[in-house]
Amino acid sequence: MKRIYVNEKWCLGCHLCEYECAFAATGLSDMAKALKGKKIYPKITVEDGGSVHFAVNCRHCTDAICVKSCISGALSKGEDGVVRIDKNKCVGCLTCVLVCPFGAVMPAPDGHAAMKCQLCTDNACGTPNCVAHCPNNAIVYEERP
Amino acid sequence: MKTQIFRYVIVGNSTAAAAAIEGIRETDGEGSIAVVGEEKHFVYGRPLISYYLLGATDAERMRYRPADFYEKMKVNAMLGVRAEKTDPAKKMVRLSDGKVLGYEKLLVATGSRPFDPPVKGIESVKERFHFMTMDDALALEKALSPEKRVLIIGAGLIGLKCLEGIAARVKSVAVVDMAGRILPSILDEYGAAIVQRTLEEKGAEFYLSDSVAELESDAAHLQSGKTVPFDILVVAVGVRPNTELVKDAGGETGRGIAVDERSRTSLPDVYAAGDCTECFDVTSGQRKILALLPNAYLQGHCAGVNMAGGEEVFDNAAPFNSIGFFGTHVLTAGSYSGERYVEKGDNAYKVLFTADGVLKGFILVNLPERAGIYTSLVRGRTPLAEVDFSLLERAPELMAFSAGARREKLAREV
Amino acid sequence: MNIYIQPDYEVVRNSDQCIACRVCERQCANGVHSFDPDTGKMKADSTRCVNCHRCVCLCPTHALKIVKSDDTYKINANWDNQTVNEVYRQANTGGVLLSSMGNPKPFPVFWDKMLVNASQVTNPPIDPLREPMETRLWLGKRTAKVERDEKGRLKNTLAPQLKLDVPILFSAMSYGSISYNAHESLARAAEELGTYYNTGEGGLHRDFYRYGKNTIVQVASGRFGVHKDYLEAAAAVEIKMGQGAKPGIGGHLPGAKISADVSETRMIPQGVDAISPAPHHDIYSIEDLRQLVYSLKEATEYKKPVIVKIAAVHNAAAIASGIARSGADIIAIDGYRGGTGAAPTRIRDNVGIPIELALAQVDERLRQEGIRDEVSILVGGSVRSSADVVKAIALGADACYIGTAALLALGCHLCRSCHTGKCNWGIATQEPELVKRLNPDVGYKRLVNLVTAWNHEIQEMMGGMGINSIEALRGNRLMLRGIGLTDTELRLLGIRYAGESL
Repeated sequence: MKRIYVNEKWCLGCHLCEYECAFAATGLSDMAKALKGKKIYPKITVEDGGSVHFAVNCRHCTDAICVKSCISGALSKGEDGVVRIDKNKCVGCLTCVLVCPFGAVMPAPDGHAAMKCQLCTDNACGTPNCVAHCPNNAIVYEERP
Repeated sequence: MKTQIFRYVIVGNSTAAAAAIEGIRETDGEGSIAVVGEEKHFVYGRPLISYYLLGATDAERMRYRPADFYEKMKVNAMLGVRAEKTDPAKKMVRLSDGKVLGYEKLLVATGSRPFDPPVKGIESVKERFHFMTMDDALALEKALSPEKRVLIIGAGLIGLKCLEGIAARVKSVAVVDMAGRILPSILDEYGAAIVQRTLEEKGAEFYLSDSVAELESDAAHLQSGKTVPFDILVVAVGVRPNTELVKDAGGETGRGIAVDERSRTSLPDVYAAGDCTECFDVTSGQRKILALLPNAYLQGHCAGVNMAGGEEVFDNAAPFNSIGFFGTHVLTAGSYSGERYVEKGDNAYKVLFTADGVLKGFILVNLPERAGIYTSLVRGRTPLAEVDFSLLERAPELMAFSAGARREKLAREV
Repeated sequence: MNIYIQPDYEVVRNSDQCIACRVCERQCANGVHSFDPDTGKMKADSTRCVNCHRCVCLCPTHALKIVKSDDTYKINANWDNQTVNEVYRQANTGGVLLSSMGNPKPFPVFWDKMLVNASQVTNPPIDPLREPMETRLWLGKRTAKVERDEKGRLKNTLAPQLKLDVPILFSAMSYGSISYNAHESLARAAEELGTYYNTGEGGLHRDFYRYGKNTIVQVASGRFGVHKDYLEAAAAVEIKMGQGAKPGIGGHLPGAKISADVSETRMIPQGVDAISPAPHHDIYSIEDLRQLVYSLKEATEYKKPVIVKIAAVHNAAAIASGIARSGADIIAIDGYRGGTGAAPTRIRDNVGIPIELALAQVDERLRQEGIRDEVSILVGGSVRSSADVVKAIALGADACYIGTAALLALGCHLCRSCHTGKCNWGIATQEPELVKRLNPDVGYKRLVNLVTAWNHEIQEMMGGMGINSIEALRGNRLMLRGIGLTDTELRLLGIRYAGESL
């Protein structure tokens, strides 16, 4: 399946992806209106270490430990391979946060659920918004072995 | 009576059972499956019962799998019956309704049951509940009302989740425990104190290093001499694995049913998974009962795949637990031995335990972010020589891994 | 005492739009932007801004713009602000003013004073979407003698040629002045486009030998990076006698830009300034030049064309005549608006002549002397569009070098600060953190896009003129008319005024 990959070599650590991710989740068309004065809760995390930068979001693991560990059945892997979280079922126990080896599942801002990248299948973006707006093609959406 | 024969018989209908069904169907799309569940309910997430009382979920949303799960998985679900006896020689299971099921492969996923402490007068308490199953929660819920006082015996995970679930629905909740701190199995003094403060802010009262000497129908007399009046008693002192189906048939059991890394018991074609088993904890090097939902799933799935003739090995079992109380999140994993790295905050706490060149375990209170990176180090027994531990002390980061290891993790399909 | 100099440009932030994401701060190597935790707002220090527009382009809410400062000294047509500030700057530091990229002064641009013809009625235009339209061409000597072997078969006496699928090449830009990633982008684009890029005098990085058949290697006065493999790797060798942006002077790459990789590629010490002398110390005459031309031909077994590149100067025509007679296969002429990674400002802005005039004169002179076919002519030094290419070819060029336009395609915003080595677009820098901002996967595609688009436009214009081969456009000055030009300019360009029929 197509997944998001981040090429560390080209990641500039600009953190635009984090804002684009948070923006995509709002469903609004004006980023300033959507995010101004707000703390953002992106589902992609940029790590910076000196000259090394890379973004991390859900790997949509073939054998997803978060899905296996979910106490409420809120996490599932769809036939399209996308690991999704049903916020309605999630009780916010954060077991998924505890088990994700990539640190790619995070507590949602309301404190009552977890959240994660769903490859922008949960909004109207089409191409994942982090990919579409990465200024250096460091984030790509493609099939890899 | 006529014996019904199934290719797979699964005794128990909780997480391990659902996982086994999924494991079987990944390998064998057609072989007949029977699930025998003592509870009448559709498979649900057991740990959700406190959230049910809290109002954070309901019976509909508690379904562990979609409503068409049994149908889609072609499972014959026999709910509300108990499996009473197995005969591994004849490959048969006798049920409480008199039916006998024949199997080619049997999974015992019977879980555990709570026990009562041997306290004088306990029988006299009418409003006395356990807190394990949906039926327990429904029974308890009927008894709840705003003027009632609740006493919980046991300040462990079950007792305190129960506390969280009911605190807003009753007049008061008191907790008594022999241990000197709450959540003694997963927290040390400092971490426990943070959680205790959170619970006390919600009105809970604690009697620690104390125990119930005698019970009356509406009061508990403690060893310390104190008396705690109550209307409702919740007993959450511990559970015992339901090992009988295997033990009585001559299978090897310790405290739980003994299983290997393919979830096999010592009986031929009999597998076991979940809270009824004991398995090898890689962080302590000991056989343990890891009564945790993720562990039940992983064991159950492994059992299912192997029962259906596939190959799956589950050999990195470890305790890990994420639990929250009124927004205070406690994430822990592994075993607490070796050198400690400690960070203390007013309302946050971090301890990392290192020994033998690996991360053995950790305690995180109110620091949930990206904790899974630590968990993966614990479960993977990753040599710390391969990571930058000074970065990991600060926060869980993939930056701590080598560029090559990061490529392995991030640049290919996983 | 240093006199404070007000910045020419100001960073303006629309605070209603700014979400304080700090992308501008992270992307500015000059430290213009910062976050003020007390106010929770972003600040900008315009005195540090070079107006490269990196922040403007990356700002996700388009909250930034950069405007010309309206701060002014008393209006003075003679002593304008910039002139005054340059005096202050030199009085402050005692230094030579340095600049980069091409001459920004408001000199006439002759490309914009020439108009292209189109066919009507009597000679029909050609639709390039329906009919063949050839932009492929060859560079090199076209003076083959007809000779036959003892069996009477024709002998191939044609000198080596460079085949171009488009009449556009990428100008010489050295590794050192521009980044590894910029070079990779140029090399890959040249390969895909079927044309050439030019190493400049920075040597050829070992990683880029694989693009050798699309590479022109340069031999300049510093001889940096020149060795046997370098010459053998290339498709052609260019002797650099001069550069349009700084005629008459050599080059100077500051030690700070000489990284380990650059050092190895140039075969010079790391961290030490690399000085290319103004002249080649072995060339003081056409005869000396001929020696180097033939040395290089000898070294490459007469298999590769040799280019001689000069800056467009007053006597360009006579010099070109000499070059044509030195044995060179191609003459490259670089106009005074051509770019540079660093040049003294006074040289850049005041020395040399426009490429349009130099080209017209060189082509005319070589024709008059009957040696035009001895050489091909390449021109550069501010070819800005496909229209400039068409006009250059009609004036007599075989093909055009583009440098600045190529850098723009890679993201350059012409801030003219290359000499600081802190290019925010990852082009004119060797700082790894900045270099990585130019992903060649992106860069090369943008170059391919640009040249492909230009080539389409060239075909359209050729079709309009009723010409279906770029070779037929070369030197076809009847296709050009001048507008707003003096008689002298028309004479030098060899074209008639707009409205004048044949």
